[in-house]
Amino acid sequence: MKFLKQLSIIMGISFLAEIMEYLIPLPVAASIYGLVLMLAGLVTGLIPLEKVEGAADFLIEIMPVVFVPPAVGLIANMEALAEMAVPLFAICIVTTILVMGVTGRTAQWIMRNGRKRKASRMRECGGTGTGKEAAGGQETGILQRTGILQEAGIMQETDHRIK
Amino acid sequence: MNEILEKSVFFGMFLTLLCYQIGLWVKKKAKCSIANPLLIASVLIIAALLVFQIDYQTYENGAKYIQYFLTPATVSLAVPLYRQLSVLKRYPRAIFGGIAAGVLTAMAGVFLLSLAFGLTHEQYMTLLPKSITTAIGMGISEKMGGIPAITVVSIVVTGICGAVLAEGVFKLLKIQEPVARGLAIGTGAHALGTSRAMELGEVEGAMSSLSIVVAGILTVAAVPVFAGLIP
Repeated sequence: MKFLKQLSIIMGISFLAEIMEYLIPLPVAASIYGLVLMLAGLVTGLIPLEKVEGAADFLIEIMPVVFVPPAVGLIANMEALAEMAVPLFAICIVTTILVMGVTGRTAQWIMRNGRKRKASRMRECGGTGTGKEAAGGQETGILQRTGILQEAGIMQETDHRIK
Repeated sequence: MNEILEKSVFFGMFLTLLCYQIGLWVKKKAKCSIANPLLIASVLIIAALLVFQIDYQTYENGAKYIQYFLTPATVSLAVPLYRQLSVLKRYPRAIFGGIAAGVLTAMAGVFLLSLAFGLTHEQYMTLLPKSITTAIGMGISEKMGGIPAITVVSIVVTGICGAVLAEGVFKLLKIQEPVARGLAIGTGAHALGTSRAMELGEVEGAMSSLSIVVAGILTVAAVPVFAGLIP
């Protein structure tokens, strides 16, 4: 019964989303309105996570099956596919490489830039983090500082540490 | 025989689930990104329909009920996004900056190449949402006058490319931060890439699955701007 209740919440939101699609003159599918409604509900606490997560996880798990019928719809679009097969493959391969490269480089640049600023601020303050251990001698102080710098990513060993 | 099938509701549903199971089994045996269950199931069903000369309509009679779950499943994507909000709050600038740059690259790339290939508006709209998750991409294609069935194909091809090429791209461009790697895979190759990202590491996996929904929503916002570029 718990599952049924969860499913009815999700179906209710899907229905609300359909109404929004009908009323709002934007080229946005009902599912997007529903996704935003659900997220708003979760964030505001109107919908507690445990009231929907079981059914939601199930629906997400079976999602790829949902795409099989539309993909089989290709049978009616074979000619259209044949017409654009070469551009389709070329565009998919080229843009996928570009998107991954640009996203990764941009995110990495923003992160390292932020850390550099954080680290230089720390250096100006003369290593605030070592204050507590100051009594423990110079050696521990240095160790502590390397720890902080490592945290800030200056050592660039984050990869290995997280793995 | 055909008459029974035409009246049957469960023929299409059963065939879909059966072929998907076969797809899952092949994927487990082959352990390779190209062995995608969605792709295998679709090819098997198309082949079955052609060989036994069954109308697509007959198959769709039952299969359409499966398709009705698309909206509730997409709504459910809010749940994993909500679970990852704490991660999002930790690196908001890198996440939004990276994903926004990626989404714009995808749109601009598809636009320029479509122009170069001389594609029609219908073909352009079919390919424009190809980098994001099928749940959102198919809706965009449908709404904007693309061919949803071909959009699904381009999304799967993109996902496979991303899963296969990701590590090469990272090596070539020296993308070493796990956060940046996860964002790149999720934005470039949606859920198909995410399963690959999860193999790379926990951070990569979490970032990748977060990117799927964020990139999808940003794409919904950007598509109307790019749609008019090829009339």
